[in-house]
Amino acid sequence: MSDIVIKSENLGKKYVIGHQAEKGRGVTFREVLMQNARTLWSKTKDLAAGKAIIQGDTMEEVWALNDASFEIRRGEAVGIIGRNGAGKSTLLKILSRITEPSTGRVTINGRVASLLEVGTGFHPELSGRENIYLNGTILGMTRVEIKRKFDEIVAFAEVETYLDTPVKRYSSGMYVRLAFAVAAHLEPEILVVDEVLAVGDAAFQKKCLGKMGDVAQEGRTVLFVSHNMNAIEQLCMRCILLEKGTIRQTSSNVTQIIKGYLFPSDQEIRLSQWINDGEEFENYWFKPKIFFITDAMGNSLSNPVSNNQDIWIQIEGRIDRLDPALEIGYSIYNVDGIALYWSYFNDQEVSQWPVFSRGEIILRTKIPKRFLNEGIYTIELRASLRCRMWITEPGKKSPSLNLIIQGGLSDGPYWTEKREGVIAPLLEWKGKMKNK
Amino acid sequence: MHTQEPFLIIEPGRAEKNYWIDLWRYRELFLILAWRDISVRYKQTIIGILWAIIRPFLTMVVFTVIFGRIAKLPSDGNSPYALMVFAAMLPWSLFSNALSESSNSLISNANLIGKVYFPRLIIPGATLVTAFIDFLISFIIMIGMMLYYQYAPGWQMLLLPLFIILALLASIGPGLWITALNVKYRDFRYIIPFVVQFGLYISPVGFSSKVVPAQWQLLYSLNPMVGVIEGFRWSILGGNSSIYLPGFLLSLAIIIFFLWLGVSRFRKMEKTFADLI
Repeated sequence: MSDIVIKSENLGKKYVIGHQAEKGRGVTFREVLMQNARTLWSKTKDLAAGKAIIQGDTMEEVWALNDASFEIRRGEAVGIIGRNGAGKSTLLKILSRITEPSTGRVTINGRVASLLEVGTGFHPELSGRENIYLNGTILGMTRVEIKRKFDEIVAFAEVETYLDTPVKRYSSGMYVRLAFAVAAHLEPEILVVDEVLAVGDAAFQKKCLGKMGDVAQEGRTVLFVSHNMNAIEQLCMRCILLEKGTIRQTSSNVTQIIKGYLFPSDQEIRLSQWINDGEEFENYWFKPKIFFITDAMGNSLSNPVSNNQDIWIQIEGRIDRLDPALEIGYSIYNVDGIALYWSYFNDQEVSQWPVFSRGEIILRTKIPKRFLNEGIYTIELRASLRCRMWITEPGKKSPSLNLIIQGGLSDGPYWTEKREGVIAPLLEWKGKMKNK
Repeated sequence: MHTQEPFLIIEPGRAEKNYWIDLWRYRELFLILAWRDISVRYKQTIIGILWAIIRPFLTMVVFTVIFGRIAKLPSDGNSPYALMVFAAMLPWSLFSNALSESSNSLISNANLIGKVYFPRLIIPGATLVTAFIDFLISFIIMIGMMLYYQYAPGWQMLLLPLFIILALLASIGPGLWITALNVKYRDFRYIIPFVVQFGLYISPVGFSSKVVPAQWQLLYSLNPMVGVIEGFRWSILGGNSSIYLPGFLLSLAIIIFFLWLGVSRFRKMEKTFADLI
C-alpha cells in the first residue's frame, strides 16, 4: 500500500505554433493569387489527411512542459510556482485530464476535482439556485451531494435573498462569492486549484484561503498554483518550482524555494545593463547605445540592489538628425509582466527639457530609494517620434535590463522582510498627545 | 467509502478503456446540460415555448399551399395533403434541430471544455434531448390535426418510437463529425445552415417520395432522411403510405455509416479539443 497519490514520470507537452512569414515586397497581384491558391490546396490536402492545419508559414515546436517527474503523497498540500509561461497551467490541465500529454505518463490514485476557474459553466440567465446545481454537477458533485450541502453553500456565499434572481443581475462580488462557494464544498480526494484566489475583494480572499487551509487540514491532497507567495507559504508544505517548462526545484522548505524564485542567481536575470551590439536600432533620430543602472555618483550598479539607495537609470545614444518629436523614456514591469508605470523626459515642464544637438547624448533619471518593493523588475527603453513612429516598440524586442531590489527596506527594527504590495514606499508618520 | 479507487493512468494516445462506463457515470451532467439548454432556450421571449409550435406549423401551411394546391402534387393514398406534409415536418425538424445544435455545441461550450474534464460526447449528446423536447411539443399539433381530419392511426403508430430514434441517430452521426471539425475549422459553422435549408427541399418533406420516378428511387434513398421520413409517414398515415424497402435499408446503412464515422472521428479528436478551441 503506497501513499503516493500522484506519480508523474517524464511528463511533457508540446505545442506547435505557426508563424506568419514576412512577405516580400513588389509581389504582383497574380503572384499573390497563385500563392493563396497554393496555400488553399496544401491546406485541403492536410484536411483530407486529417492533419492539423497551422495558421502561418513556418512552424515552431514549443515545449510548454518538459520531462516533469514528481511524486505527491496523500494529504500533502503542494504549491506550484513559476513565472508566466513556466508550464504551471499546462501541468494542471494534464493532471485534470483536460488536455493530453505529448510524452510521459501520470498515475493518479484517487478522485480528482480541478478548479481552474471559479464559476465554470455559470449561465447568466439561470437563477443562483439553478446555477449551484449546474456548476456543482460540472465540477463533479452528484445531485444528492449538492442537495445535502445546499444550505451551507448559500450561507458561505451570503446570497440567501437573491437565490431566485438570474445571476446576470448579480453584482460581480456576489457572482464570485457564489461561484467559489460551490467549489469550496467539493469533497474530492485530490484537489487541483489554479490561481482562483486572485478574485474577489481582500476579505473574501481571506475567507477562501481559510477554506483552502481547512481542506488541507482534513487530510486531502491539494495542488495549488498561485502567484501569491504569501498564500503558498501559508498553505503548502512542499513546493515545486517550474522554469521554462521544466522542474527547477522541489523542496519541502517552502520559504527557501520562494526566495530562490524571487531572487534567482541566474546570470541572465541579474543582467543590469544593455549594450548595443553595433547594428541594433539603426536610425537617424536616436540610436540607443548603452542602457544601465548606476548609483548617485554614476558608478554602474549590479543586481541585487539594496533599497536604501537611489537608483539612476542612464541612457546613452546618438542623434544624427534632430527632430522635435523625439521622446525618450522607459517603462518598468514587475515579475508578472504588469507595467508599473512609464516615464519620459518630456513629462516635466518644457523649460526643464534637455536640449539636444546632433551627436552623443546622455540622459539620467532617478528611481527614488524605498519606492519599489523587493522583487525583480524589467526596465525597457522607450524611444519614439511622438505620434509618428516607434524606435523601440513595446511588445517587440526593446533594449531592456533587469533590476532586482533586495533588502534595505526600512531603517525601523521591524520592517526587514518583504511585505505584500506592489510598491513599498517609506512614508512619514507624525504623532503626539491630543491635549498637549 | 474505503473502496480502493482504481488507478487512473494518463498517457499520450491512451484510449480510455472505461470511456463508455465514464459516460454513464457522467449521466447527471448529461441531464443537467440538457436541462440547462431547454430552460435557457426561451428565456426573455414573450411567447416562449410557442415558437416550437409556430415554426413547423407555418412551414407546413406554406408547403401544403405550394406543393399541394399550386403544384397539385398527389398525396400518399387518400390521406389529407397537410397531414402528409406534417408527418414529414416532424422528423425533418427533429433532424435539422438536432444536427444544427449538435454541430455547434462544442464551440458554444468552449468555456467548459477548456476548464473541466468529462467525456466530451456528453455535450453534443445533450443537444439531442433539446431537439427531442421540441419534437414532443410539435407532436401536439400532429394530434390536433389528426383530430381535425378525423384520421385514426393504425397499429403502425406503435413503431413510431423506432423511427424517432432513427431520426436522432441520423443527426448525431454527422453532428459529431462536424462539431469536432468545427473546433479546428470554423468553416463548418457556415455549412450547416446551408445543408439544413437545402435538405428541406431535396428531402421528401413537401411532397411524397412516390413523386420521384421509380428508377431513381434507390439513388434518392442515398439521402438518409428519405428512409426516416418514409418511416414516419408509414407509421402515422397507416395503410395510406408504404415503405420502399431496398431504399429504406440503404438509408439505414448510410445512417449507420455516418454514426460510426462521427463517433470514431469524435473520439479521435476529443483529446485535442482543449488545445484547439
